[in-house]
Amino acid sequence: MSKLEIVDLHVSVETESGAKEILKGVNLTVNSGEVHAIMGPNGSGKSTLAYSIAGHPKYEITSGSVKLDGVELTELTVDERARAGLFLAMQYPVEVPGVSVSNFLRTAKTALDGQAPKLRTWVKDVNGALAGMKLDSSFAGRSVNEGFSGGEKKRHEIAQLELLNPRFAVLDETDSGLDIDALRVVADGVNRYTGQGDRGLLLITHYTRILRYIEPDFVHVFVDGKIAEEGGRELADRLEAEGYDRYVSAAGAGA
Amino acid sequence: MSVDTAVGTAAPADAVPNVATALERLESHLHPTPSWNLDDHPQPTGREEIWRFTPIKRFAALLGDPADLGTLDWQADLPEGVTVTDLDDEQAKGLAVEAPVDRVAAQAALHTVHRTHIQVPAEAELDRPVVFTANGQGGQARDHYVLSVGAHAKATVVIRFTGTASYGEKFDVLVGDGAQLNLVTVQDWAEGAVHGGQRSIRVGRDAQVKAITASIGGDIRLQEDARFDGPGGSLEQFGLYLVDAGQHIEHRLFVDHNAPHTSSNVDYRGALQGKGAHSVWIGDVLIRKVAEGIETYEANKNLVLTDGCQADSVPNLEIETGEIAGAGHSSTTGRFDDEQLFYLRSRGVPESEARRLVVHGFFNDIIRRIGVTDVEDHLRAIVEHELEILGAQQ
Repeated sequence: MSKLEIVDLHVSVETESGAKEILKGVNLTVNSGEVHAIMGPNGSGKSTLAYSIAGHPKYEITSGSVKLDGVELTELTVDERARAGLFLAMQYPVEVPGVSVSNFLRTAKTALDGQAPKLRTWVKDVNGALAGMKLDSSFAGRSVNEGFSGGEKKRHEIAQLELLNPRFAVLDETDSGLDIDALRVVADGVNRYTGQGDRGLLLITHYTRILRYIEPDFVHVFVDGKIAEEGGRELADRLEAEGYDRYVSAAGAGA
Repeated sequence: MSVDTAVGTAAPADAVPNVATALERLESHLHPTPSWNLDDHPQPTGREEIWRFTPIKRFAALLGDPADLGTLDWQADLPEGVTVTDLDDEQAKGLAVEAPVDRVAAQAALHTVHRTHIQVPAEAELDRPVVFTANGQGGQARDHYVLSVGAHAKATVVIRFTGTASYGEKFDVLVGDGAQLNLVTVQDWAEGAVHGGQRSIRVGRDAQVKAITASIGGDIRLQEDARFDGPGGSLEQFGLYLVDAGQHIEHRLFVDHNAPHTSSNVDYRGALQGKGAHSVWIGDVLIRKVAEGIETYEANKNLVLTDGCQADSVPNLEIETGEIAGAGHSSTTGRFDDEQLFYLRSRGVPESEARRLVVHGFFNDIIRRIGVTDVEDHLRAIVEHELEILGAQQ
């Protein structure tokens, strides 16, 4: 049993007019075997939460804690966090020209396991993960994310999720920009990952659409840098019907 | 730290009044008139447009009259059909693509004791690369050499410089109609070598030329000119340079689009590390009035790995017709891309390893185009070695 525990997390970014607080006290616990959906309007700080957990240098954690099985992630470097079992599927995966997908995946796997994967099974695993995302095996020879379509970038992220198989994964708007076929492929991959039963998932999304394919155990509505409401699947259904207006105007009135 | 400029398609001629009115006889605003006469290339002071980035003193040996001229030790591996013959002064001048455009090239052509003609016959399809190695034994050396690739021939030519010397060259490359040339030069000198000169390529009608210039060791200043001998020619120029502490590496490119429906693509990439490391890249493109339907793009990327380095990068476009398919350029100089490092590290890759991947990737984009396995492996090993030096410093 493992646990990702976020307690009273405050995060700021530097802007031209000084530090600006984006996350204003986030509390959230994800146990392995659970799927948590975080939903919220644009600008509510959902992506900031994802990047802060992963350790992006742009975001400064001013107070609070993020613990993975008791280990304080905020004191670790980006790569140490990954080696502690955390994975972030990015909304905008970064191009790394000249570095092939296969070289990248092998380097990552070696870093995570502390030893190089066995060549014979590894090639099979890579091709299997790519095929699972409906990506041709020639994909392994292309430069990381360079010239990929939007859909290919997202499927490449989920192929990594399956291949690297972290204990906890944060998916940052993986569904954005996907057509319905690609969304199904991505959702199938995520469901294979969570289907192992002992992995934790934090699914950040703007739309309820992906929740038709990935069943959340918990839904959190994120507004103005913190969680405004929590519930189960029914909360997502309600958001689909009513949108975020109610929360946004409430936050606006409180501000 | 970062400069990005881009020109999509050419602006209409009236948007660039200073060149729209340029006289047709004017070759370029940015280049001196070529001449074999040394007096036409006076000793530079360092204030001239073409010399303002160059540490003149370090290239002094190549600018003055050489005393006690030696030679490089040339070794050749020639596939069947390829010949190497001597030329006299008149013949060499007669074959040349153009006269010298600077004093280094003029001195090289004037004083060389070796005027050489390398010939790949028409319609030859070489089964392996033509490989030259030129090893400096110290002292002064000058060469004027001409490479002719006959019509519809297909050849790869590799020239590798090693050892140490003060070396000036004038190199002319004539590529016949419909020919395909892959020309690879590796400036792999030992520390203390100084290498300057002019390389001029003439791309035949419908010919395809790929030129790769890798500058690794020594102080280097190369003028690399190209022009076309008819429509349909395509030119790709790729460059790679690694500049260490106190080293000066300068590539000055000039593509003269003097024929319609020609294309050029230039991509030079460098990494700098250590105090006083200095790179210069000048990328000039002239699109003449006759050059309708051409397409050109020039890019220079510099990766600054440590403090104390300087990367000068100047792309220029002179456009005399708007009736073209496209013209653009870009120049970027910066440190590691934080987003790339974050992405790799978020997959568990330690920072030092992530930096290695990024640098390898940066150069691999150029190296993989060489198409000569030995040279590719050699350059990958050199990049790896540079990273080890960097790792040891940090």
